[in-house]
Amino acid sequence: MNARLLILLLWLPCAALAQGFAGLGTDAEGFAAPDPAYRLDFPKDHGPHPEFRIEWWYLTATLHGADGRDYGIQWTLFRSALAPYEGEGWSSPQLWMGHAGLTTPDRHFVAERRSRGGIGQAGVTGDPFRAWIDDWEMTGPPVGIDSLRLSARGREFSYNLTLNADGPLVLHGDAGYSVKSRDGHASHYYSQPAYAVAGTLDLPGGPVAVTGNGWLDREWSSQPLSATQSGWDWFSLTFDGGARMMGFRLRDSAGDYTAATWIAPDGAAEALPDGALTVEPLATSGVEGRDVPTRWRVRLPSKAVEVEIDALNPQAWMATSFPYWEGPVRITGSHSGKGYLEMTGY
Amino acid sequence: MIAAAVTALLSHWRRQPGQLATLILGLALATGLWSAVQAINAEARASYARAAAQLGGDAGPVLKARDGTLRLADYVALRRAGWQVSPVLEGRMRLGRETLRLVGVDGMSWPSMPGQGMTLAPADVLLPPGRLFANPETVARIGAEADLPPRIETTGLPDGVVLTDIGTAERLLNRPGALSRLLVLPDQPEGLPPLAEVAPALELTDRGRQSDAARLTDSFHLNLTAFGLLSFAVGLFIVHGTAGLAFEQRRAMFRTLRALGLPARTLTLLILTELLVLALLAGLLGLVLGYLVAAALLPDVAATLRGLYGAPVDGGLTLRPAWIASGLGMAVGGALLAGAQGVLRVARMPILSAPGLLAWSGASARARRLMALGGPALILGGLGALWLVGGLAGGFLLLGGLLLGAALLLPPLLGALLALGQTRARSVIAEWLLADLRAQLPGLSLALMALLLALATNIGVGTMVASFRLTFTGWLDQRLASELYVTTATDTEGAQLAAWLAPRADAVLPIRHAETDLAGAPARLYGIADHATYRDNWPLIDADAEVWDRVARGQGVLVNEQLARRAGLWPGAMLDLAPGWRLPVAGVYSDYGNPLGQAIVDLPALLRHNPDVPNRRFGIRIAPDRAAALAEAIRRQFDLPDDAIIEQSRLKAQSLAIFENTFVVTAALNVLTLGVAGFAILTSLLTLWTMRLPHVAPVWALGMTRRALARIEVLRSVVLAGLTALLALPLGLILAKVLLDVINVEAFGWRLPMFLFPLDWLRLFALALLAGALAAALPARRLRHLPPAALLRVFAHER
Repeated sequence: MNARLLILLLWLPCAALAQGFAGLGTDAEGFAAPDPAYRLDFPKDHGPHPEFRIEWWYLTATLHGADGRDYGIQWTLFRSALAPYEGEGWSSPQLWMGHAGLTTPDRHFVAERRSRGGIGQAGVTGDPFRAWIDDWEMTGPPVGIDSLRLSARGREFSYNLTLNADGPLVLHGDAGYSVKSRDGHASHYYSQPAYAVAGTLDLPGGPVAVTGNGWLDREWSSQPLSATQSGWDWFSLTFDGGARMMGFRLRDSAGDYTAATWIAPDGAAEALPDGALTVEPLATSGVEGRDVPTRWRVRLPSKAVEVEIDALNPQAWMATSFPYWEGPVRITGSHSGKGYLEMTGY
Repeated sequence: MIAAAVTALLSHWRRQPGQLATLILGLALATGLWSAVQAINAEARASYARAAAQLGGDAGPVLKARDGTLRLADYVALRRAGWQVSPVLEGRMRLGRETLRLVGVDGMSWPSMPGQGMTLAPADVLLPPGRLFANPETVARIGAEADLPPRIETTGLPDGVVLTDIGTAERLLNRPGALSRLLVLPDQPEGLPPLAEVAPALELTDRGRQSDAARLTDSFHLNLTAFGLLSFAVGLFIVHGTAGLAFEQRRAMFRTLRALGLPARTLTLLILTELLVLALLAGLLGLVLGYLVAAALLPDVAATLRGLYGAPVDGGLTLRPAWIASGLGMAVGGALLAGAQGVLRVARMPILSAPGLLAWSGASARARRLMALGGPALILGGLGALWLVGGLAGGFLLLGGLLLGAALLLPPLLGALLALGQTRARSVIAEWLLADLRAQLPGLSLALMALLLALATNIGVGTMVASFRLTFTGWLDQRLASELYVTTATDTEGAQLAAWLAPRADAVLPIRHAETDLAGAPARLYGIADHATYRDNWPLIDADAEVWDRVARGQGVLVNEQLARRAGLWPGAMLDLAPGWRLPVAGVYSDYGNPLGQAIVDLPALLRHNPDVPNRRFGIRIAPDRAAALAEAIRRQFDLPDDAIIEQSRLKAQSLAIFENTFVVTAALNVLTLGVAGFAILTSLLTLWTMRLPHVAPVWALGMTRRALARIEVLRSVVLAGLTALLALPLGLILAKVLLDVINVEAFGWRLPMFLFPLDWLRLFALALLAGALAAALPARRLRHLPPAALLRVFAHER
């Protein structure tokens, strides 16, 4: 998901110092580079990698309420480093940002948190797993991340959820080394796509008990996107038969780049190369003064997938310091199910 | 009819252009002084407000620690509980002669950082050495301080304020882990735990840091306002005198107009309109005057506020609509107040009344009784206000009550004195003179009150300033005991200097301090070496036994008088210096010219808690005759800039200069007030002049020459001025006492001993006599050259 990488590179530091500063330099000098030979090591890799420039813990969940309505939530912690080390106190070069979203069929709630590293206001530990910023938390069991407690709170909403994994971790690309462009940009990328979720959403109308499916993405890298890439469309789809699919398209004036991972019902993952996935906008919605595609056709011929994707709420706009679209979707066509869609650069 | 009446009324001013000028000038002077003070205050306050706005959001609610020690952990705890707060660490940095306000904020959570449109990498700002943001003038004043992070010029910050990242501020101020306050951000999530639960040691206040500048300078502005009001009141006496004269002189005309059929109502309205037009004219002129005075004084005021309080004030003056409105309002209100008596009298004037000899002066036994009762009542009221209201406002109410009460008591007192004199008078002329004086008293009493107020204020403020200067000089001699003061650029250089000096000087006393918060307000914590210099010279005003031994053992802390008075920390009280560091107060020392709290502990104790306090300033003890040579040797050895080594005498001169600067405005207003009072006497005497003829003519007819009459005229005025000056002396001393014991303590936090300066009184007494003589000179001259026919005419027809 270079999508998120771009967010961080372009914008977290800008947000950090209001609009005043031009973006971060685009070189990765001094930072570690993703290594194709690296083998992911758990639980250590659940924790932060301060020697890399950027990293995130990104959880989305499609939910169904006791009131019969569909919901979606997002909980994200970004880490962005100004220098490849961790330090004590205010002089730590690590910066943290949290995004929380809650989507209902007719409302979309957003909150954002920012913090410096080194002072304890935000951070992540791998063993035992714990990620937090302010009072937002994602905490694991003594070992691993198979069960999580998740909470976040904004001005008009909050949620408290428990998540239990129903399958193994999925390593994207080549054993977690995920290539992002034809120039060879890459990241370390793994997911836990099979959480069973239960808990409560607190909405202006009162609490709602919910259950559903959660998907955690973990990714870190130091390299920016290529200059010609203008944005991306990213899909995480959970089909009713138990199979799952992660896919993205990076929109590039020099030719789009796509990649996908097919996850069988037993959790076995298969990485699919550039071009295997095609996505096509079918309809757009006017969101915050722009046209954002909120209906898509997604094809993965090698897995006989030809589905239409429909936003639960086309107005799922993340009006954070750097705005983007992220929300739950419904799947119809060759497969049915639910998923999450993220789009930037519109 | 109305047109004719208007022409008739105005014809008076055509015939008496001097009177018109006096009336307008008097009102303009009153309005001008008042407006000047208002302009200065408004400008300063606008500067504070601008500074607050430019710092962004700092005006909102803030959290502060009740005990003054706010830690990073408190911030994190609140954040972890969900509260959206933004930390600020603030301190003062002394750079050269300038005190700068260093504001450290967390760029990640601060609502508005400057630097729009700049190309700056976040790493440059957030990581060491960091960047300092300041406006171009401040950057220029900081100059080339090698030790500081690079400066970034921005027009978005007030002068004298340096904004930086909180990490940089922490390093520069040497206060790791410390915070000054937490800004409560406007957007809070739902369902937060109550503050009392999360942070019981913190309190929510709506007053941001900016109000500290306002709070520190409040007393200064209140002082100016009080002076402005006093000038205004004195100015009104002039207006009252002149307006009264104009009414008196036109009495015949009024009667004629009424007899011709002009209704009393119309006449009153016409006179009121005339008064209003004159007031507006005078008000406009006063605004111009006020603007000029304010523009002349503002640079000094700004320098004082910046130097003494570190409060940002620009030297420039802007024209504000509110200021114009308030100036004109004061002029109109003042004119109505001063003219009310005359207008009322016209409205009620019986159409055929015979002219009373002292008809307009309002002199009656009843009025005098009222004054004799009202005076003490006002004084008692002032005392009651001090007791009930307390504080600075109570102090000023007491002053107001004292001054007004004394002014009201003046005419009855003078009357009694003159009556006493009359019983003792031997010659006929003396008896006539005294009787005449008594008769004149009601007409002159307002002018004399003005003189009393001006003289008493002069004595009071003069005594206060002079006592302060004397105390301050003595205190400087004690406090600045070291012969040389040296500042190095770095700690390393400091250590080298101390080592190099050890065999060459009698003693090297490090001057090291940490910026901190004591008793909930910014303060400095000094660490001192145990040395006789302190034991012998430090100006203690209250102390336990063995105070220095206790401090040297690390078992006691000294606090300055300001802190002691503000927080009630007298010997025996406990003071929180840092979390887990609490010491009993062993002594209190006087510390003039410093608005901040200060405390002193043993140096090793300070270093235990703040190991990194800079070690760059030293006091050096050496025989005075060798000081200059040593200074030269240090300069050669360490290549220090000229201003890094300061000899005691130069430091004293600098301190005194700052002190004098503080009272420039006071002195200027003082002189202006006295001038206005002198002018008031002149106008009153001129007013009385017309009514004097019926009194003087019989005496002239009895054989006294006009020359002798003129002499007596001057003598009369001089006697009254002299008596008033005599009565002003005790009033002035009481005023000084109140200023020193009440106002100063409240405004600055220190009590000063009172010294008496009889020579100053003599000078002022002479000045009062001179004012009386000068004021009478013109009427006396007229009398001397009056054609006898004019005197004869008095007998020929009554007015």
